[in-house]
Amino acid sequence: MTKRTPLYDAHVQAGGKMVEFGGWDMPLNYGSQIKEHETVRSAAGVFDVSHMTIIDVSGSAARDFLRHVVANDVDRLKVSGKALYGALLNEHGGVVDDLIVYRREEGYRCVVNASTRDKVLAWFARNNTGAVLTERQELAMLAIQGPNAVALYEGLSGNAVGDLKPFSALEAGSVMIGRTGYTGEDGVEVMLPAQDAVELWRALLDAGVAPIGLAARDTLRLEAGLNLYGQDMTEATHPFESNIGWTVALKPADRQFIGRRALEAVQAEGVQRKLTGLVLEAKGVMRHGYEVRTAHGTGEITSGIFSPTLGYSIALARVPAEADGSVEVDIRGKAVPARLVKPPFVRNGQSLVN
Amino acid sequence: MSEVPNELKYAASHEWARLEEDGIVTVGITDHAQNALGDVVYVELPEVDAQVQAQSEAGVVESVKAASDIYAPVSGTVVAVNEALEDAPETVNQDPYGDGWFFKIEPDNVSDLDDLLDADAYAEACEDDDH
Repeated sequence: MTKRTPLYDAHVQAGGKMVEFGGWDMPLNYGSQIKEHETVRSAAGVFDVSHMTIIDVSGSAARDFLRHVVANDVDRLKVSGKALYGALLNEHGGVVDDLIVYRREEGYRCVVNASTRDKVLAWFARNNTGAVLTERQELAMLAIQGPNAVALYEGLSGNAVGDLKPFSALEAGSVMIGRTGYTGEDGVEVMLPAQDAVELWRALLDAGVAPIGLAARDTLRLEAGLNLYGQDMTEATHPFESNIGWTVALKPADRQFIGRRALEAVQAEGVQRKLTGLVLEAKGVMRHGYEVRTAHGTGEITSGIFSPTLGYSIALARVPAEADGSVEVDIRGKAVPARLVKPPFVRNGQSLVN
Repeated sequence: MSEVPNELKYAASHEWARLEEDGIVTVGITDHAQNALGDVVYVELPEVDAQVQAQSEAGVVESVKAASDIYAPVSGTVVAVNEALEDAPETVNQDPYGDGWFFKIEPDNVSDLDDLLDADAYAEACEDDDH
C-alpha cells in the first residue's frame, strides 16, 4: 500500500499525474514538466516534499551521535538555525544516504530521503549511543522555489525570511523555514503541521504559484548539479568519487566518524574516479546507464536528461579521474560526441556552460 | 481518456497507421503514447528510401522522461519523413494524429494493415495497460 501525503487530494485536484515513488503516491507532473521547470527558473513553484523523512535528534548525546554518523562535522554549525549538507557513510566509505542537518535551540533536525527511510532509521538505531531520535511523521514539507519564491512566501505567511542566509533556518512556533532547496534557485523549504501545509499550498496556488511535480524536480536538480541518492551515489560509491568530497570533514583529525578509515585509505591510494558533468554535442538524450568513452577508459552516465533551460542533453557521469574534455557517449549503439564539464549547469536561471 | 480515432489502424506498440488515398501509409504515435511519454524533446526518423519491416524498429522518440523505439506498422519503403519534428518535437504532444506524424511508407502489401488493431481493440489494449 503506497503512502499519501496530506496534500494528496490537492495534487489530484490540481491535475497531478500520480505515480509511486519510494513507497509514496506522488505527482509526476501536472501537465507539462517542461513548463513546470521553466516556471521555477523564471517565477516560483511549489513542491510537496512531505515524503522526505524528518528525524529530530536531541538529548545530551545528540552532538556526539551526529559527529559519529555524519561525515560532515555538525560542530561547523556554530549557532542554532545553521544547516549543513552531508552524507552518512558505511564502514567502507560508501554513501548510506545524504541529508541536511539543522542545528536547533535544543538539539538537531535531520532531513533524509524518502526512499531510504527504513534503512536510515535502522542505521541510526544501530549506531545510536544514547541520543533521543524522534521521527516527525506528523510534519509536512513544502519547497517553494524560484526567483519570486521568498517574497511570495513572506507575503503569505508573514514570516520574515528575506534576510535568512542560504543554509540557514528559523523556527516560528511549530513551523521551520530553511533557505534551502534542490533546484539551483533561491527559495525556502518549510516544515509544518499537515493542516497548515494544506492551507499554505492553497494560498500559494491562489497567489499564482505553480505546483511542480517530481519530473521537473529531477531536471531542475540535475541542471543545478545536485546528486540524486540511489542514482548518482550509492553504498558502492564514496564521496570523493561522487562530487561531494567537500562535505567530508577530515579535520579535526581525532573525530572518528563512520567511514573515516576507509576514506583515508582511499585518499592514500589516490581517487580513481570522479562524478562530473557532461553535455551532449549532438541531438539525442543521455540516460542512466549509458557508457561514456574517454581517453582514459570508460565511465557511466548516472543521471541524464534533456535540459529544458539549455535545450540539449546534460548528464552526470562517473568517469576515470584523469578524464577531461571531449568524450563519446554510446547512445543505443551509436557513438555520440559529448564534453565533460564541471557541474552545475544552471544557477539562478543562467547557463554556466561555456 | 486518450483519443483513439475510429478511421485509423493501430499497433500494440502504440503507433497509428492511416491509409491515404494514394496508397501511402502515414505513421505516428498515439495520443495514449504521447501522454505516457510526456514532453517529447527529440525524434529520430528513418531515412527516406529506407526499407522498413513490419514490427521492426524504424525510429526513436525521446521524451524528457524516456527513450522509446518506434516500430513500422507495415513493411515497405519510407517515402517521406516529418522534418518539422526536428525543430518542433513538441508537435507530437500537441497533435499526435495530425501535424505530429512521423513518416510515410509505401507498403509492400496494403493487406499488412489488416494485421493491425482497429480503434476498439486498441482502446481496450490501452485500458489493460492502465491497470
